[in-house]
Amino acid sequence: MSAQYYVSPEQLMKDRADFARKGIARGRAVIVASCAEGIALIAENPSGSLHKIGEIYDRIAFAAVGKYNEFESLRQAGVRYADTRGYSYARQDVTGRGLASVYAQSLGAVFTAEAKPFEVELAVVELGASPDEDTLFSLNFDGSIAEQPGLIIMGGDTPALRTAWSEAWGEKSLPQASAAAVIRAAAAVLPGVGEGTSGAPLLEVAVLERINSQGTHRHFRRLDTGTIASILTSGE
Amino acid sequence: MIELGPGPSFLEYLNKERPDLLPHTSAPAPGVPHATTIVAMGYAEGIVMAGDRRATMGNVIASRHIEKVFETDRFSVVGIAGAAGLAIDIAKLFQVELEHYEKIEGTLLSLEGKANRLASMIRSNLAMAMQGMSVVPLFAGFDTAKGTGRIFSFDITGGLYEEVEHHSIGSGSVFARGAMKKLWKPAMDSTQAIRVAVEALYDAADDDSATGGPDTVRKLWPVVYTVDSTGAHRVAESVLEATALQIIAERTGAGMEA
Repeated sequence: MSAQYYVSPEQLMKDRADFARKGIARGRAVIVASCAEGIALIAENPSGSLHKIGEIYDRIAFAAVGKYNEFESLRQAGVRYADTRGYSYARQDVTGRGLASVYAQSLGAVFTAEAKPFEVELAVVELGASPDEDTLFSLNFDGSIAEQPGLIIMGGDTPALRTAWSEAWGEKSLPQASAAAVIRAAAAVLPGVGEGTSGAPLLEVAVLERINSQGTHRHFRRLDTGTIASILTSGE
Repeated sequence: MIELGPGPSFLEYLNKERPDLLPHTSAPAPGVPHATTIVAMGYAEGIVMAGDRRATMGNVIASRHIEKVFETDRFSVVGIAGAAGLAIDIAKLFQVELEHYEKIEGTLLSLEGKANRLASMIRSNLAMAMQGMSVVPLFAGFDTAKGTGRIFSFDITGGLYEEVEHHSIGSGSVFARGAMKKLWKPAMDSTQAIRVAVEALYDAADDDSATGGPDTVRKLWPVVYTVDSTGAHRVAESVLEATALQIIAERTGAGMEA
């Protein structure tokens, strides 16, 4: 019989948290900001097909950093949760808060019970009628959840990114800013994204549009590389 | 063998996890409302689909306002005839199925793929159809790969048939089809196609008591959608009103009885 060494619960949780944090810090960052036109989600992502940002429901979007297979399975579970809810109740009964708390529960359960915690950080955002009615939730690998006022920066070297963002953005008001201005600022802050049009293929950008350009119940719009390039070069 | 997840189909997910939410598990009841005539036809840029507004229960008009043509996603529409409640549930489930696939896979399903999904939903409803609760849809959309509009019809066993030029389903379909045979022309523009669709429904309503004609008293006009390369669009009430009133005026002016 093999001997079981005693590990204190504090040490066990700390080890798991350190493990998850290291995994997340290796990845590239995501910036989510609520602005006048809607909620802009910007990720540094050289892949055009493996997305970090996704549509969940009419007014709800998802962004993640960390291990792709882990957050992709969480995203798909979120789409199933939202579609099942919307189908069995009504479309307006699918809320970002409900989805975020389901994510918090499953992340928390995995963190304590499974052999390895998820190495992911998530943002679940819901579009409101105006910027102060937008709700932005950030979720951590251990299931902790926080509502953020208007801005989420996660992944990569987060403290350095926060400093860079506050320098780049300055005293300007986010609720009055256009989505294009937010995308340009995020592109300047994200490390590894070049200046001008050369940065466009390295960015993944989507907007939850407050005024829907497609005229349907779905407010999520993914921007193609051409559109991103024209946003990056205009208005400078 | 690694077990893969539920995949991109919402229907399969519900079958596995939440079969209680599927529309075809409840027992059939006698005397349910039935929805009637749907017409669809091609025109130069795409397709147009129209449905009347009546649902009947035996000799009683169950509803004058029912809508039987639905936009299922950006490039497709479905019209339904048969047991109204079940048909609307199937149309609603089909809408979620297409949106779910698009969100999970990050890409739109091909038009044929959509038609096949709908066929399998009809097939799973066969037991109910045998008890008189049949639902027969008409599916049409714009095939972005081929650059043309296409129309698909179904039978109660889930058989899928591609139609050319035009097609109609429901109790007034024979009369609507007769009208379209004379009125439809190749390469019409959307205005002409909308007029032919409304006129075909007018003829169906003329001879089929279960199909409702344009209601000038209540200002009720058929539900008409066009689908072209820019997507599915619902035709405005004002356009339909003008079209219907023009048809009525011409028929009145012609002074013919039959």
